[in-house]
Amino acid sequence: MSNEWKAMSMGNVVIKTENLTKNFKVGFKGKSFAALKGLNLEVNNGEIFGFLGPNGAGKTTTIKILMGLIYPTAGKAWILDKEVGDVEIKNRIGFLPEQPYFYDYLTSTEFLRFYGQLFGLDGDELRARMKNLLALVGLEDAADIQLRKFSKGMLQRIGIAQAVINQPDLIVLDEPMSGLDPIGRKEIRDIILRLKDDGKSVFFSTHIIPDVEMICDRVGILMKGELVNVGRLDEIMDAKVKYVEIIARNVSKDMLAHIAAMDSSVYEAWDHVSIKLKDENMTDVILQLVRDGKGRVVSVVPQRETLEEYFMKKIGADS
Amino acid sequence: MKVFTIAGNTFREAIRDRILYNLLFFALFMIAVSLLLATLTVGEQSKIIIDIGLGSINIFGALIAIFLGIGLIIKEIEKKTIYNILSKPVPRYQFITGKYIGLLITIMVNVAIMGAGLYLILIINELRWGHDIFNINFDIWKAIYMIFIELMVVTAIALMFSTFSSSSTLSAIFTIAAYIIGHLTEELKLLGDKFPGTYMKGAVNFFYYLLPNLDNFNVKGKVVHGIYVSPSYMIMVTLYGLLYICAVLIISGVIFQRRDFK
Repeated sequence: MSNEWKAMSMGNVVIKTENLTKNFKVGFKGKSFAALKGLNLEVNNGEIFGFLGPNGAGKTTTIKILMGLIYPTAGKAWILDKEVGDVEIKNRIGFLPEQPYFYDYLTSTEFLRFYGQLFGLDGDELRARMKNLLALVGLEDAADIQLRKFSKGMLQRIGIAQAVINQPDLIVLDEPMSGLDPIGRKEIRDIILRLKDDGKSVFFSTHIIPDVEMICDRVGILMKGELVNVGRLDEIMDAKVKYVEIIARNVSKDMLAHIAAMDSSVYEAWDHVSIKLKDENMTDVILQLVRDGKGRVVSVVPQRETLEEYFMKKIGADS
Repeated sequence: MKVFTIAGNTFREAIRDRILYNLLFFALFMIAVSLLLATLTVGEQSKIIIDIGLGSINIFGALIAIFLGIGLIIKEIEKKTIYNILSKPVPRYQFITGKYIGLLITIMVNVAIMGAGLYLILIINELRWGHDIFNINFDIWKAIYMIFIELMVVTAIALMFSTFSSSSTLSAIFTIAAYIIGHLTEELKLLGDKFPGTYMKGAVNFFYYLLPNLDNFNVKGKVVHGIYVSPSYMIMVTLYGLLYICAVLIISGVIFQRRDFK
């Protein structure tokens, strides 16, 4: 299987997992807890892939297996064209762990030099990359400041700098936006988009939905260790129920009762009514009824489901 | 090369750690105090100074080895800095070898500073009594060298405990126990002989062979009393120490390779 995939991987896939499973032993008796249940996932070359799920869904577990920090209980995973666990392939991967856990006694320069050396970089080449990276993440002025004095946003940015010091083909970021303010999040988003423009593939996990909506080409939604959906955002959204919201004024009470009986929900506000239609095809019929009831249509808005609603609905259904 | 990058960073971490300076300060303080104690004796002052000085170097060196040694890996896991290192192209065995070498460099520098402190105190003592400073017993460096080899062994043991335990306290207890019993292995052998043909003898002998015989590295008494320590003995004991360290590091590497970093 691995050889078969190897040939295929030269094409378009940068991450692939096959039935990836991880059980953890918990408690004194060593009871088994399934953090990841048979994950099958493919990430394509050159895309920004958002790995979405609530806390505890198994996102970090997946990433740790991909990075060789933990071993899967069952299943296999490949990164670029090698099976996970191959040390050499890490030369082509950039990684930012969840929360910026770094040696805080180092200055930015020492920090980048250290990680650069782990990739075998040295001399003028390393110095040039360090200089460019500090500029990329806007930390030129903090070059000689110890990391312990950094704000969270600065730590996250220097973290991204170390993740790309080896000019990787694939960048894996675990919760890069968590704990950041809106400006910090925008800065990280901009950096991710710039990486994509440079032809890199980016795989990042998050539970912050707007970040995904804004920058991801595709998303995978993970819940309780299982992938519940994967695809382009508009595919996932289109497949789900939309509703049409009609706002109208001066609709007679009798007509409202009639409309409410037709698989729609009606909310009366003090100066208008809001009619929610589950079936888009009913829009014209209802609009006619509103007019027949002497009402005036204010707006007709087909409501697309937001990822957030989709997310909440899924969690609700599961629990 | 990556091993030395990690070793260099470990050394840098240690010299930016306050614990190191506290221990070093107390060691130098003890050595200086020996000068006062020496004045209480009639003659033989330098013996007292050497006795206290070498003892201080040994104890404080062991404290540095145990406490920094345990922190080597456990701190990386607790602070989660290990995730970012091991996601780089660094094999796990190179990581622990680098950490080990980094701490050895730290200990070597510290032992050298303490040794220099002792030597300085000895010079002051000789000058005070109007003696020729070339009379100073140069064999103290033999004893200090042997202390360093012992600390290499202790550091390796501390590192091994920290590769599979996630509790610093537990690792410290294990390492200190191994250190103390390691100094009492001769007694352990005698104890075993008291239970001929029983399981107890087997159990005691098991520990006798398992734990390092740290008393092999102890030539302090000989040096204090001016007894000759032969180079062949030092070479043999050094080889013994290196062999023991290799075994402990290989076990640490195997455990560490299989470990999940949750």
